[in-house]
Amino acid sequence: MNRAKIITFIIEKFFWICALLSLLALLLILGFLLKEGLPPLFSIGFGDFLLGTSWKPLEDTFGIFPMIAATAAATAGGILLGGFVGLFTALFLAEVASPKLARLIRPLIQLLAGIPSVVFGFFGLVLIVPWISNHLGGPGNSLLATILILSVMILPTLASISETALRAVPQEYREGSLALGASPMETLFKVTLPAAKSGIIAAFVLGVGRAVGETMAVVLVCGNRPQIPKSLLDPIRPLTSTIAMEMSYSTGTHQQALFAIGVVLLVFIVALNLCVNYILKGRKDV
Amino acid sequence: MKSLKSPQEFGMKLKRLAAMGLAGLMLLSAAACSNTAPGDKAAMTQTSPAQQTSAAAKTVIQVNGSTSVEKLMTMLSNQYTAKNPNVSLQIQAPGSSAGIKSVNDGSAQIGMSSRELKGDELTWGLNATPIAYDGIAVVVHPANPVSNLTMEQVHQIFSGEITNWKEVGGPDKEILLVIREAGSGTRDAFEEIVKLFEEKDGKKVATVAEDKAIIADSTNAITQNVAGKENAIGYVSLGSLNTGTTRALQLNGVDCTAENVKNKTYAIARPFLLLTKGTPSAEVQSVLDYILSAEGQALVTEEKFISVQ
Repeated sequence: MNRAKIITFIIEKFFWICALLSLLALLLILGFLLKEGLPPLFSIGFGDFLLGTSWKPLEDTFGIFPMIAATAAATAGGILLGGFVGLFTALFLAEVASPKLARLIRPLIQLLAGIPSVVFGFFGLVLIVPWISNHLGGPGNSLLATILILSVMILPTLASISETALRAVPQEYREGSLALGASPMETLFKVTLPAAKSGIIAAFVLGVGRAVGETMAVVLVCGNRPQIPKSLLDPIRPLTSTIAMEMSYSTGTHQQALFAIGVVLLVFIVALNLCVNYILKGRKDV
Repeated sequence: MKSLKSPQEFGMKLKRLAAMGLAGLMLLSAAACSNTAPGDKAAMTQTSPAQQTSAAAKTVIQVNGSTSVEKLMTMLSNQYTAKNPNVSLQIQAPGSSAGIKSVNDGSAQIGMSSRELKGDELTWGLNATPIAYDGIAVVVHPANPVSNLTMEQVHQIFSGEITNWKEVGGPDKEILLVIREAGSGTRDAFEEIVKLFEEKDGKKVATVAEDKAIIADSTNAITQNVAGKENAIGYVSLGSLNTGTTRALQLNGVDCTAENVKNKTYAIARPFLLLTKGTPSAEVQSVLDYILSAEGQALVTEEKFISVQ
């Protein structure tokens, strides 16, 4: 073999090993989570575990329905609020703002994504939580505080992916619409936005994934009371914060139940990722 | 790059690599699983690594007792055995009562207890050496006019019988409990001393009003929550008390200070005792001396407990 071939061979193998390592990490985590988390699902019982409304780990009562409800409510609220603001931010950056202004605002929004989540949590605990408590009532650590924090955290993801999707819409679409006499806003809402639909939906699904998995910021502001939220001001306890709070002290069945919560989260995230793949595969428009 | 090889050759390499990867994966996951089986924490035998290599040459001291003392004792033991490699401590934590019994019957040389001796235990002639105190401060917002609660009131507040500050001489505001998560050592100690539990089928069941509480996952989170809300009440380990943003309540008229914990007038506190029977062996005495030395007590303070000095 000549030198070039040897170098090619080595580099190819190096790439292989790197690819295998990331695969290995994934398989290890999956295997471990399923090995620890599936047996308690069977011993506690799927129905009792998923639909039980009482979480008293020290008394061997493991019902995570309040946490599933809390995660669902917080995610739905976060995606509604963050999605609304994020989508219009993207429209502004891609279609309305002058290139100069967009170049100024875009990195600032990206910066929001770079703030560590614990900082968001601390900000929420020190500013938002007391504000809610003093002005709206209740303890302050609440579903509302969680939604506010989550919506700010998922905003950059939503804005930047939606903007990319909008920019990918061919210029001819807009020109055609304008040439037919449509106003700029009609063009925006009736031509550009529908054409970028699948990319924007993918942005929303990724935002949901981020909101479901967010832990550190949420654990500080949610109140961690395992109950089904009845109002925006009720303290909630999402799935992730239960694992984060109790993992360090738990033993035996309690620890296994926490792994089982991990399995539930995993199933949720895998389902979301399949959704994204399906949406992106089906896109013909952009 | 792929074009450099024939497709068959490439495929074979791929299979071989995949097989190697899988074998490695199995080995790794087997190792990971055997290390982290849940429930391992229950078998709390602590052995210093050096002891396993030359067990015959060294003195093994059996230490048995409270789970609360165990964490501190393990750290003290690691420091001690680093300097005295000829001694090793085997620490087991079945609970205070079992620890006290095992010193009395001779199966352990040192017992650990997180409570004073009581009843029959006092007649067994054991020597109790306090090595640290654990005090818990009940904290409120600095603007809260209530400055003193009785032990009974603290119990009623945390079990949800008293729900408004006006019932204990404060403003007409609902009380917001801020507590720690299940399994926390501070929570265990607080609930044990304030008697926030009942026996049900031989199991301790917490009676704290969890459905009316905010649950915080650390001392700092408790402090931040109490500092941000005028109607909140929480508890933190005395060593972590932040007097700037929260205020510790008096209990039965006694200030929450390290001094009052040591002279046993502040009620939400407990001693960490080491128990021995008869004249201790030279090795046991050396361990006790080390723990009471400035160096041992420095670790006690570092771990947010109150030093006995």
